[in-house]
Amino acid sequence: MRRSQKEILESARGISRRGLMLGVIQASVLGVLGLKLRSMQLEHEDEYRLLADGNSIKIRLLPPARGLILDRTGVIIAGNEQNYRVTLTREEAGDVSRVIAGLRRIIPMSDMQVAQLLEDIAKRSAVTPVLVADRLDWAEFSSIAVNAPALPGVTPESGLSRNYPRAGDFSHVLGYVGPVSDYDLSKIENPDPVLRLPEFQLGKVGLEAKMEEALRGKAGNRRVEVNSAGREMRELSRQEGQQGATVQTTLDAALQNFATQRLGEESAAAVVIDVTNGDIVAIASSPVFDPNMFVRGISSADYQALMKHDHRPLADKTVQGLYPPGSTYKMVSLLAGLEAGVINGGSHFYCPGYLQVAGRRFHCWSRGGHGSVSPTQSLERSCDVFYYELAQKLGIERMSAMARRLGLGERHDLPLSAVAEGIAPDRAWKRARHKQEWQIGDTINASIGQGYVLASPIQLAVMTARVATGKAVIPRLVRAIDGQPVPVPEFESLGISPANLAIAQRGMDDVVNGSHGTGAKSKIMKPEWRMAGKSGTSQVRNITAAERARGVVRNEQLPWNRRDHALFVCYAPYESPRYAVSVVVEHGMGGSTAAAPIARDILLFALAGGLPPLDAYPASQRGGIEEMRSKMNLHIAEPGNSTTRARA
Amino acid sequence: MSYLDYQVAQTPQGWRKILYLNWPLVFLVTAVSCIGFLMLYSVSGGDIDRWAGPQMQRFAVGMVLMFGLAFVPIWFWRSISVAAYVICVLLLILVDTMGTIGMGAQRWLDIGPIRLQPSELTKVAFVMTLAVYYDWLPVEKVSRPLWVLIPVLLIMLPTGLVLMQPDLGTSIMLIAGGGIVMFAAGVSLWYFGAVIAAVVGLVTAVMKSRGTDWQLLHEYQFRRIDTFLDPGSDPLGAGYNIMQAQIALGSGGWSGRGFMQGTQSRLNFLPEKHTDFIFTSLAEEFGFVGAFSLLALYALILGFCLHSALTNRDRFASLMTIGIAGTFFLYLAINMGMVMGMLPAKGSPLPLVSYGGTALMILLISFGIVQSAHVHRPR
Repeated sequence: MRRSQKEILESARGISRRGLMLGVIQASVLGVLGLKLRSMQLEHEDEYRLLADGNSIKIRLLPPARGLILDRTGVIIAGNEQNYRVTLTREEAGDVSRVIAGLRRIIPMSDMQVAQLLEDIAKRSAVTPVLVADRLDWAEFSSIAVNAPALPGVTPESGLSRNYPRAGDFSHVLGYVGPVSDYDLSKIENPDPVLRLPEFQLGKVGLEAKMEEALRGKAGNRRVEVNSAGREMRELSRQEGQQGATVQTTLDAALQNFATQRLGEESAAAVVIDVTNGDIVAIASSPVFDPNMFVRGISSADYQALMKHDHRPLADKTVQGLYPPGSTYKMVSLLAGLEAGVINGGSHFYCPGYLQVAGRRFHCWSRGGHGSVSPTQSLERSCDVFYYELAQKLGIERMSAMARRLGLGERHDLPLSAVAEGIAPDRAWKRARHKQEWQIGDTINASIGQGYVLASPIQLAVMTARVATGKAVIPRLVRAIDGQPVPVPEFESLGISPANLAIAQRGMDDVVNGSHGTGAKSKIMKPEWRMAGKSGTSQVRNITAAERARGVVRNEQLPWNRRDHALFVCYAPYESPRYAVSVVVEHGMGGSTAAAPIARDILLFALAGGLPPLDAYPASQRGGIEEMRSKMNLHIAEPGNSTTRARA
Repeated sequence: MSYLDYQVAQTPQGWRKILYLNWPLVFLVTAVSCIGFLMLYSVSGGDIDRWAGPQMQRFAVGMVLMFGLAFVPIWFWRSISVAAYVICVLLLILVDTMGTIGMGAQRWLDIGPIRLQPSELTKVAFVMTLAVYYDWLPVEKVSRPLWVLIPVLLIMLPTGLVLMQPDLGTSIMLIAGGGIVMFAAGVSLWYFGAVIAAVVGLVTAVMKSRGTDWQLLHEYQFRRIDTFLDPGSDPLGAGYNIMQAQIALGSGGWSGRGFMQGTQSRLNFLPEKHTDFIFTSLAEEFGFVGAFSLLALYALILGFCLHSALTNRDRFASLMTIGIAGTFFLYLAINMGMVMGMLPAKGSPLPLVSYGGTALMILLISFGIVQSAHVHRPR
């Protein structure tokens, strides 16, 4: 079939028309695409660039190194140590069980640990590193690093973790750090994001907890590029964190060590205060525990053992323990009486061995009585009847007011956990607490530090320091933060007349150095370190009528937890006081027998700046002292050296 | 004028044909393919063996095929058009009955080492068949209902078979490709108006059918439509791809982030970065300059094809060239529209650039036939 020329031309024109229309349509579509491209790339570039960066750039926190805690001489008592650990990333490992088998040839792992590890790995995403083992020694760590090519996905890492080089010496005052719990986070408003890092630890108790903000430091960060699976591809920038502040305490590591060793396995507490500036130079509670166990994750068995121990090693008895102060409270009653004018230095009371008040017989510890007793003798011999007589004239209000003046019944502001307030009772307190009226018997009991009166060892040490100086000594635990000394306030006078103060001081001197002193056995033989003190033996039980009928039950016959507490407070040198010490031995039975020697030894160590020469002790005790020292596990190598450090 | 009327002596003979090739088109196709190699190299992270190498090999084979096809006279291709159409339809029936399952749909035939995707071949064959039909049909009969029905049936037969695979995307492409040829042949615009109205009605019906017993699309296809309408609604699921693609594209800015520096592609945020979303990698790394240049190259390819079609006095050659260029245009427009978030996310490659052997081969084969028409045009 042939077509005419006309037909052909017509068809070609038709195609041209429609073809051009198609061309226009296509060109318009391409134009629209071009405009959209322009809009996205040129007008909205910033928005998309932001989204692209948000996709690929992640900020990873760098945990800051925790601030160091030093003793007053610069010895590190809480530091950081390298913690070598190994992590495993499933995505890179490929055959996980083969890699673990390889790891087991280098580090010992039990079948149970491996099962736990496999479970961890299965739970996490493939790109999340899972902790395989930590606290490796250097040999294991370097061996893994060398074998890294044969162990795909295994990353040896090193980080810092808290370390307490003096182990138990500072266990209560420093406390410890531990992993951040959900409960910890819930307590903090707007928590620092660094707290959410899996390996991060924060202070749980003690100074570590109370100084947390200063010690934590500031987290650094790394900007890293990640791929769509979240794996890190490279580091874009790095800003190192800022280490936490160095906290220098007022504590003396050598003295603290000695005090801890001297308390031994007793359930006891000892506090040493520098009366000139309030520095707590030693604050020991025993038995101790090793805070490093908590940092590393304490085993359930170890924790149960600590919890069930009847000597309560986890409690900080120095500030949390409240004890009836017993006869150590007599300085309070005496000074209250003298200041109130109820008695004066020449007043005497007669002690027949007991006092009948309101139909009830109150006994003196000396059944035979002390006869006529002066104020200084009342302390020297610790006559109870003297105070029963005084109490009736003085009344509880004036007595407790003096107690508060001397730092009892007051929560001292220390960076320690659960600092107890103690009780300096009065009528209002009893009404509020027990819904009962105050009885005269309560006043009589309070006058010898029994009944409702409760005090902690730190309060007793503060009381002693205040009696020794006549000033409102305020205890402190932090000496400097990051090299900036914390200023020592000028202590105000207590407003007690020097004459009355001298009577109490003389009484305390006689306790140790007098002919009838209850603490005579703990006398210091060097006159320049002459010690004044006061013993106390406080009942933790009431002597029942039945017991009294049988005769006073001897402490030794009672179970340990019903025996009397032994207390001793002292200071030295008598002429120009430097240190005040309080010692409480729970259920130690006798203040002068159990607590006084400990207090004397600690005080001597503080005065000598190390182990004191043996001639400071009474001749008959020197052999025993030497023997005791040989059993102690002391850190100090050269005792003479620390004298200068202690003064620094 | 039909090829029987050609004065054969006037067409170039032997190697002289090489001088009469549409050389600008050859260079443009090569340029676009080279952009493809560059991007495939980039998205593989510098691993030439991964995508860029194989693609270059296929391109080399495809170019040889293209030149070979161009040297064969156009009337030979015209004469086998109908036979090719019939074979394609048979192959499509074969795929529907025994094809390999891939991506939730049957699309391939494994013949020994060759994996054949008959729907790709069909695109070329049926455009040529339609061109043959309109070359044969007298111009005055073009818009008569009976003579309109025949090409519609020619289109619907392979379309129906492809839809059964099921492959909605390719079905739409076939309909659109056939429609372009019919449009160019001069079918009355009323028919197109009617079809568009019908399509709008059908889309409404399809959307309404969702969740009923007579649901017309698979649920995954409905979800793609949802995602298109609001990519942010499911940013971690189906919408993720579109969001990431737009982020990649938009963050390129004026000059891009540099060769192999695109974070979206390099860090694997971009899905299918070597196939459907390769344009976003280009836009990310070379910015507006790079992306717009590619758009311009495509426009030039379309322009030269149209020019070749309109200057060719052979009706078959004109319609065939317009049809092939139209299909080419549909692919690139749909792909770009998709990655820019203007069209639903549908598996559709960017012609000549995306990684994929069959698509590249078919494209070069069809350009070979376009070249043949150009070389053997009536003079």
